[in-house]
Amino acid sequence: MGLLSKKDAKLITDPLADNNPITIQVLGICSALAITAELKASIVMSISVLFVLGVGNVVISLMRNIIPSKIRIIVQLIVVAALVIIVDQVLKAFAYELSKTLSVFVGLIITNCIIMGRFEAFALGNGPWRSFLDGIGNAAGYGAILIIVGFFRELLGSGTLLGFKVLGDPIEKTGLYSIGYENNGFMLLSPMALIVVGIIIWVQRTRNKALVEDH
Amino acid sequence: MEHVELFFKSIFIDNMVFATFLGMCSYLAVSKKVSTAVGLGAAVIFVLAITVPLNWLLDQYLLQPGALSWLGAEYADYDLSFLSFIMFIATIATMVQLVEIVVEKFSPSLYNSLGIFLPLIAVNCAILGGSLFMQSREIATLGLATTYGIGSGIGWFLAILAIAAIREKIRYSSVPPALRGLGITFIITGLMAIGFMSFGGMLTGGDDEGAKKEEQTVQVQDSEENKVANNITINE
Repeated sequence: MGLLSKKDAKLITDPLADNNPITIQVLGICSALAITAELKASIVMSISVLFVLGVGNVVISLMRNIIPSKIRIIVQLIVVAALVIIVDQVLKAFAYELSKTLSVFVGLIITNCIIMGRFEAFALGNGPWRSFLDGIGNAAGYGAILIIVGFFRELLGSGTLLGFKVLGDPIEKTGLYSIGYENNGFMLLSPMALIVVGIIIWVQRTRNKALVEDH
Repeated sequence: MEHVELFFKSIFIDNMVFATFLGMCSYLAVSKKVSTAVGLGAAVIFVLAITVPLNWLLDQYLLQPGALSWLGAEYADYDLSFLSFIMFIATIATMVQLVEIVVEKFSPSLYNSLGIFLPLIAVNCAILGGSLFMQSREIATLGLATTYGIGSGIGWFLAILAIAAIREKIRYSSVPPALRGLGITFIITGLMAIGFMSFGGMLTGGDDEGAKKEEQTVQVQDSEENKVANNITINE
């Protein structure tokens, strides 16, 4: 990587695994769970967060020396809210059905703790380029979990991926369904998202013992 | 009667944590001890009870399509609803700051127990979510909006109290090392959420229960339908 020094590249790769915002830092859980019943919604949500966090981190980083620390939370909220309004309007214009599915969760990107968390922890103390990389990295780590959860829930719950019937047709009994396979409708219910994330955490921490918590 | 129904609906059926997953971050981060969980839960009830009615007024008289008609006929076509995110979050952030100042001045003892949680609350999705759901469910009157705010706050309080109590006890059980802490909390919350789904039939009388169930299975089968909003649409 010619463009990125080793330290900068670490900003992007760290949040993807060992410092993942969802499974390690416990940030941004709410939206991760509520919208992952299908893969498409997960992908759109990840892209929205990528945009908001990438741009937001740069804006906050540029303003970091002129924001009085007492009112910084309100300033940060206004910056995020403005960016989220852009995302929301774009979604409503080009993907109306999807924006109905995501319902209030687009708006809730504003209070997604991942965004405020990265502003506070990184953008307020670092330059714009590094903040941008940090934002992209963390949003990608968030997106990765969303997409994994969305993938399993849609595949096991409705037997489709992005709406394509990859396992055959449940009504005409083709593909896997011809040998008696049934969809697990339970996966579509929201509590299963929690359990899937719990299992991802379990797998990740079994592979990397350093991440194991005490009680 | 309407109030009682909405009150119990927002506590149990539409429980903030278990049905819509709002306020998860602070729910997971601050639930290690029962005493801190009670403090944060009380602060959430308090702030929701204030901000939901306030945002209801904003929505009715400023943001909704046609809401500006009280200014005169020429303003009747304005639709400012795209501004609702920024208005709601600004209201919440200023209210939280205001509440913090007032509490600090008049009741230092309450400030000591609630104070540290108040800044956390400005970015708690349960608070903004309360206002956004109030808007999308089209709650009709100011009184109902207040009931909804208090009810959802109590629902959140119950959830964090329950998980904090479980986490205090689970320290004595032998959980697989990789699941300790966060992992097992996720799975317990999932099981509790499944438990809370059984409240779903509570407010429907015996007659429409069959119809509702049918609707639910149809929705599960129909893969093209928006299953994501499942828990929301079933309840409505």
